[in-house]
Amino acid sequence: MNLTLRIWRQQGPDTPGEMTEYRVSGISEDMSFLEMLDTLNEELILRGDRPVAFDHDCREGICGACGMVINGQAHGPERTTTCQLHMRHFEDGDTIDVEPWRAGAFPVVRDLVVDRSALDRIIGSGGYITAPTGSAPEAHATAVPKEAADLAFEHAECIGCGACVAACPNGSAMLFTAAKVVHLNVLPQGAPERASRVRNMVGAMDAEGFGGCTNTGECATACPKGIPLTGIARLNREFLRS
Amino acid sequence: MNDHHTNAGEAPMSYLDYTVGEPIADTRAPAGPIEQRWDRRRFEAKLVNPANRRKHRVIVVGTGLAGGAAGATLAEQGYHVVQFCFQDSPRRAHSIAAQGGINAAKNYRNDGDSIRRLFYDTVKGGDFRARESNVHRLAQVSVEIIDQCVAQGVPFAREYGGLLDTRSFGGVQVSRTFYARGQTGQQLLLGAYQALSRQIAAGNVELHARTEMLDLIVVDGRARGIVARDLVTGEITSHLADAVVLATGGYGNVFYLSTNAKNSNATAIWRAHRRGAYFANPCFTQIHPTCIPRSGDHQSKLTLMSESLRNDGRIWVPKAKGDTRPPGQIPEDERDYYLERIYPAFGNLVPRDIASRAAKVVCDEGRGVGPGGQGVYLDFADAIARLGRAAVEAKYGNLFEMYQRITAEDPYTVPMRIYPAIHYTMGGLWVDYDLQTTVPGLFAIGEANFSDHGANRLGASALMQGLADGYFVLPPTLNDYLGRTRLDPVPADHPELAEVEAEVTDRLHLILAVDGDRTPDSFHRELGELLWDNCGMARDEAGLRHALARIPELRAEFWRRIKVPGTGAELNQALEKANRLVDYFELAELMCLDALHRSESCGGHFRTESATPDGEAARRDEEFSYAAAWEYTGDAPVLHKEELLFEHVHPTQRSYA
Repeated sequence: MNLTLRIWRQQGPDTPGEMTEYRVSGISEDMSFLEMLDTLNEELILRGDRPVAFDHDCREGICGACGMVINGQAHGPERTTTCQLHMRHFEDGDTIDVEPWRAGAFPVVRDLVVDRSALDRIIGSGGYITAPTGSAPEAHATAVPKEAADLAFEHAECIGCGACVAACPNGSAMLFTAAKVVHLNVLPQGAPERASRVRNMVGAMDAEGFGGCTNTGECATACPKGIPLTGIARLNREFLRS
Repeated sequence: MNDHHTNAGEAPMSYLDYTVGEPIADTRAPAGPIEQRWDRRRFEAKLVNPANRRKHRVIVVGTGLAGGAAGATLAEQGYHVVQFCFQDSPRRAHSIAAQGGINAAKNYRNDGDSIRRLFYDTVKGGDFRARESNVHRLAQVSVEIIDQCVAQGVPFAREYGGLLDTRSFGGVQVSRTFYARGQTGQQLLLGAYQALSRQIAAGNVELHARTEMLDLIVVDGRARGIVARDLVTGEITSHLADAVVLATGGYGNVFYLSTNAKNSNATAIWRAHRRGAYFANPCFTQIHPTCIPRSGDHQSKLTLMSESLRNDGRIWVPKAKGDTRPPGQIPEDERDYYLERIYPAFGNLVPRDIASRAAKVVCDEGRGVGPGGQGVYLDFADAIARLGRAAVEAKYGNLFEMYQRITAEDPYTVPMRIYPAIHYTMGGLWVDYDLQTTVPGLFAIGEANFSDHGANRLGASALMQGLADGYFVLPPTLNDYLGRTRLDPVPADHPELAEVEAEVTDRLHLILAVDGDRTPDSFHRELGELLWDNCGMARDEAGLRHALARIPELRAEFWRRIKVPGTGAELNQALEKANRLVDYFELAELMCLDALHRSESCGGHFRTESATPDGEAARRDEEFSYAAAWEYTGDAPVLHKEELLFEHVHPTQRSYA
């Protein structure tokens, strides 16, 4: 298929960016979206132009490195990561807009690459269980009800891609924060730090400049891992009881 | 001046003229009963007074299971850790993609498992090319890992009673694999990442994300730091420390197409090799039997389907050559469930190397399925009939989803198509029992070293080894090194720093200056195909000699024709790729040489000249019961052999029939 791409190009955080138009041809429907961009970049390199910078690594939907806004939607039209979006979901002749995550807390580094280190700092503020190596009791010392383990897992699946923030009109990181708070707070191992964890993580989230939550629900719709919106309700309950 | 002139390709190194040097031995494992060696080593190790630990800076490169676990643990103990990752966050290291599980000799199933049996299975699974002391320690430590991860909140799969669930995995007959649906690596890595994040927030770990190690600094014979490039600004800087730990993973991406993350690369270990660290068994690469076949020339990577699928899926191809009927139209008696036929005891659960080669054999016979005949079926029809769709979905749902997303085929109704792909590298930097390389003060942990898997790694053992090294093995041995060694501060104006920085910078400038007409990826694809064809699933002398002749030509062409736009003083992903490729060329040559010199077959290394009458790998213990540790010379390498002694597991021809 032949496509017209309009891609956000921006040299650095302090330079203005703009949408630039490119044409690509011979795109196979079995290609991933990133393989389509690889094709464009190969052409740009041979022309001596700067290839489009974008983050990517595992290309199997788990590392969370990739992420771009495609035709206005975080990760594009399918509920998956950009690397797992395939070109069969587009039509020959389509024009596709490609932009970086847009959020106050995610400054653009270059082109489609943004700085998401604020998410790491939220985790560092309390998204862990304090258990220094060697201090652990026997794994079967504490049984964990299967329901709690499954609920924890459902929230622990978050890949930290930031699509929830990009999709939110307020640029809020509530779903991201909720995913970690719920994962750890429902487990007996996480109980001792339950209150301080949620307070510190919510405080860090606010300090990083993420917006507030107005229950729009775009975050859960965009989440490639299906972190449920109810996680935010659980986060609020944890916060109130802390 | 600088040795990169050898890269420029005028006089290709004559790898074939390698020489055999002095044997090398592991002098760190204590003597005595194997069950007591690790205890003895820990007892004999020097300690560093807690108050003195904060005066020691330790560099850890990489934040996967090994690096993340090591960084967090060393910081908890009071060391000042300086940690590096090329990703934007430590949580993205490629350990995150491991699907299936992690082995531990807990014997929760009461099915006859024990530390001894895990040790035995791992030595046998590695086809008797691993060091017994190391493997036994790994089995011992395995039980502590599960305890540690549960305490961190890793949401392992559980039974209704609240206790941990386990499953069996390729190559073993006990159920010792702990798992978190199909995302075990992700959950274990997040556990380590969270522990590391806590230490970063506490100021005990200084993290440099988006920063790639490009060389090692050796002063007075000891590793004292690294030279790294800030991938955003392009700035080249030196970082000094009292010890350097490489946790940079494997080198499977030398093949271009592999299941590794796109940016995983060999530069850190290769540059360390060039600075004096021996490289062991580079030809021991693992080809994973259950990956999604490639769909065309645009393919940028291959995706693994967890080996756990082989617990319930049945592998087959049509009995007749060139049978192009859709799988549903091929009657039962015209299907060949070849693994169940050839290996009745293990069936679909034979080790990876055996399953991969069997797939290649049936495809070479013309019985492969899918585009190009490069695939075999992995069929869940029987499992769905037996367990019900819901049970299959609960176990493998996310994997089926991933398969369907990539291929647009529904594996609940149409059998999956799978084909082997490069997945893991057992070879790596040579380390002793303390995980120290031949450069004092330089340690290598996780997939970056060669230590525990011999010639073939069993499923669910990579996560075990990464965490064993990072959480439990490295911390006491590093203590010992720092406790025993008097280290004078290296002044910031030491000439070695400027020299190494200049070498790194010169190389980048040389790449940029060529301004040719071929992209980094085009060279990488060509190198990868050459290796896959000649140093992949089956190897022979003619093919390896061909590759050894071709690689220097390709490298020379690289230095004439490479094209990288932009500069070194900015985010330049094409430059990153080209720079890694320079090291891949050299590594590829050493892999082929290692594969050529080892004219036996063992584990994942299959030399067609050395097979049993029924086509299985034939080891030649009297000649090759050693680890091959290669020394870099700038010219033909020197081979140092570490003899492997088997006092506890008697080498036999592996039999999975």
